Amino acid sequence: MSLSLELYRSRSRYLAAKAVGGRIPGALAGPIAPLRLVNRDEPRTPAAGWVRVRPRLAGICGSDLATLSGQSSFYFSPLVSMPFVPGHEVVGELLDDVAPAPDPGPDAPASRRDGLAAGTRVVLDPVLSCGARGVGPCRWCAEGQRSRCDRVTVGHVSPGLQTGYCADTGGGWGRRLVAHRDQLHAIPDTLPDKRAVLVEPLACAVHSVRRAGIEPGQSVVVVGAGTVGLFTLLALRSLTQAASVTVVAKHDRQRELAAAFGATDVVAPDRAVNALRRSSRAFLLHPERGTDFLLGGVDVAFEATGASSGLDLALRTVRAGGRVVLAGLPGARADLTPVWYRELELVGAYASGQSPERVSDFDTAIAMATEAPLDGVVSATYPLQRWREAIDHAFAAGRLGALKVTFAPQEE
Amino acid sequence: MSRPGFVLEVDERTPPLIVHRGEGFGLESFPLGTKVLYPPDSLPGIRDVGGAITAALDAPLDSEPLDELLTAGMALTIVFDDISIPLPQMVTPDIRQRVIEAVLERAAAAGVDDVELIAANALHRRMTPAELQRMVGERVFRSFWPDHLRNHDAEDPDGLTHIGETDQGETVEINRRAASSDLIVYVNVNLVPMSGGHKSVPVGLASYRSLRPHHNVHTLQRSRSFMDPPNSAMHHSYERMGTLLADSGVRVFTIETTLNNDTFPKEFAFLNKREWEWSLRDQASYLAAKRGNDLAPAGLRRKVWQRVASPYGVTGVNAGATGPVHERTLASIHRQQLVEVEGQSDVLVFGLPFICPYNVNSIMNPILVMCLGLGYYFNMYRNKPPVREGGTLILFHPTPWEFHQVHHPSYVDFFDEVLSETTDPATIETKFEQQYATDPWYIHLYRHSYAYHGVHPFYMWYWGAHAMEHLGDVILVGANRPAVARMGFRSASTFADALEMASDTVGRSPSITYLHSPPLTLADVR
Ligand SMILES: [Zn+2]
Ligand SMILES: [Zn+2]
Repeated sequence: MSLSLELYRSRSRYLAAKAVGGRIPGALAGPIAPLRLVNRDEPRTPAAGWVRVRPRLAGICGSDLATLSGQSSFYFSPLVSMPFVPGHEVVGELLDDVAPAPDPGPDAPASRRDGLAAGTRVVLDPVLSCGARGVGPCRWCAEGQRSRCDRVTVGHVSPGLQTGYCADTGGGWGRRLVAHRDQLHAIPDTLPDKRAVLVEPLACAVHSVRRAGIEPGQSVVVVGAGTVGLFTLLALRSLTQAASVTVVAKHDRQRELAAAFGATDVVAPDRAVNALRRSSRAFLLHPERGTDFLLGGVDVAFEATGASSGLDLALRTVRAGGRVVLAGLPGARADLTPVWYRELELVGAYASGQSPERVSDFDTAIAMATEAPLDGVVSATYPLQRWREAIDHAFAAGRLGALKVTFAPQEE
Repeated sequence: MSRPGFVLEVDERTPPLIVHRGEGFGLESFPLGTKVLYPPDSLPGIRDVGGAITAALDAPLDSEPLDELLTAGMALTIVFDDISIPLPQMVTPDIRQRVIEAVLERAAAAGVDDVELIAANALHRRMTPAELQRMVGERVFRSFWPDHLRNHDAEDPDGLTHIGETDQGETVEINRRAASSDLIVYVNVNLVPMSGGHKSVPVGLASYRSLRPHHNVHTLQRSRSFMDPPNSAMHHSYERMGTLLADSGVRVFTIETTLNNDTFPKEFAFLNKREWEWSLRDQASYLAAKRGNDLAPAGLRRKVWQRVASPYGVTGVNAGATGPVHERTLASIHRQQLVEVEGQSDVLVFGLPFICPYNVNSIMNPILVMCLGLGYYFNMYRNKPPVREGGTLILFHPTPWEFHQVHHPSYVDFFDEVLSETTDPATIETKFEQQYATDPWYIHLYRHSYAYHGVHPFYMWYWGAHAMEHLGDVILVGANRPAVARMGFRSASTFADALEMASDTVGRSPSITYLHSPPLTLADVR
């Protein structure tokens, strides 16, 4: 048996959570959360290539909170299997040896060629794609773009776009999970757990920055300065030659970190349109209702709040022909008029992938996790038993000056 | 004969004294020994203003009479001071209306039909049609608006003429219509010693390019004070530009007017008086006005104050060549405002009123509060500042964190973007001025809306540069704390707290000077 937090299907709780989600502090971690602490059977390895992993730290992500609060779209319902153990930002250790891959390919990394020994510390690429599911590669998996896999509902495990949304694999918020060889990335001994647990969200940030296709000298705004926004900023600074990166941040601690991570300018949400107008020398227009917008504006925006207001701001401050990247799970709807009128490119960026030179975003993220000034980014760590406090803390992270809240599933 | 300026030394019998604080006022007790500077009593106004205008136009200084300068077929441009003067606005008819009407009558009689009227607003916001009408009068407005009565546009590429460079390399570029006219008649109202003279045409009709040579930190720090033209580097630059204009054939006939100190209308008449001379009626109207004002909602209070029109008397009308005319003007201003005081003190106190040159019919935002206190008021001196170097300035003003979105859009950004990074005038000038001055959005708003030019908040900040360099400490009493902190100053709830805070810099028993104003007072510090 293994202690886990389990997200179960409860329509009434789901609706209650959706109704008050995020608005009443404590309500989500209280009686209405569709989450419970249970002893479940340990997940079993479903096929060859799968191994058991003992999570050491697992992050609480914005998408987890959206799921808990019923804010995520019903679109996802066929892409998950209930009940599941959440947790897709994981650093753990292998309980089994990982056998070498049968067909490692000519430029496969050492871990695929040689396998990995039990006890190795690994981070998890949570995507459950063709390889893990034991089905022949779809066109995306064949290209190495596993986040785009078309087969995430079939094969050896139940539907689930990622570990942390699949009924069979367990997740980071439990004491055991099972993972496929394709999901594992060994990490160096020099990378402490508190940094390693950030590799998955860093890999996502690397991916969304690659998706943005930023040219040298371009101007960028990152709307939101939670983990997604700040990691996007780090990735922008390490992977692009953007001339300026303005970060829209609500809370003091976020502002400090944005400055420390290399933002050209950090502005409050109510100042953002004016500040971006200034920096881009655009014209400012006041619609009869709704937010002001620019004619002119920045080249590329990243939406990293998950809120309508964030997407609205991004769409209204990007120049004609510019690009808006949905870097986090989009929470709600926005007025798409500027996409049409300003001929914007709206770009999604989900999970991670690889560079055109076929360097895995995870490898890039592991290097960033080692070098970037990430001390203190993991603001709090809770044992599973204190999940209500952990969830509350994560929900109020911005206000409380926290960034990433994690579980240490093996601790009491 | 009106009494001259007066320095009161506060003793046991001194009553509490009026202190302005924005859209409000109150009585404040000053420590014993405080020197209080009162301006001379308001001078008597000229009874026959029309006669004075006629006399000035007929017998100008160093010039032919106006009639001889007016000939059929000529191009005549009448340029007049904009809404930033006088403060508060004067009751109608504005003196400019009277002068302009007299000039137009003579022009008509001479058969001049190419006449244009231009407000010399430089980089100030445009005046609205209603404001123009109030200033020039209904008859003139109806005859000339909108084609031949307009605001100067410092960003109209077709509307400017490059005249040349002074021997100091200062670019002179002014309004094309004015420069190409056969005659400019400049109609001025001279409220403070800073304005008038060669400030009128070379500054009022200039472009940004032509303002840069004197509207900068270096020059302002060397203008001690900018209310004392002979000792003001800024005015020396104006003079070089004025001379260049004259040498290049731009003919200016200057008409300058001065006003007395009848600043406040009947219901606020006590504000024009010395407190110990208040009658029972003054005391009653103080109490009534104060109670009414304190109880009024902020919006209404602003409306009431902005509606104040001063019943100024006209103390001088001089016409002719700019130099000699302005000499007379300055003498007249000195008669009305100058008070001699012995020595500098440790602490200087101002009560800032509700208005400054840039918030007529508008909002006095924090940057304008700074400019009024550290710019205008601080510079109301000759010889040396009334406060010693390293001393403390205490200002009374509520300084709300509030901006007029139409009039002051670049101020909003300046306050948020520039001042949150630095308050040092030189750094601000180097790092930010160009961006703001050339921002196409601000330029658009200046030309087509009613916005001050993008660079204007910079000038406001530079206006305080000499004071910032001179002072050890600036404390605002009763002000919005975050707004004050943003500007790098300190806040106190009460005058007593302010003095307590100042004791770090000036000790426990500092010498104090209170410049009692408005009505305007110019300190001549010996
Ligand atoms: Zn995540
Ligand atoms: Zn696939």
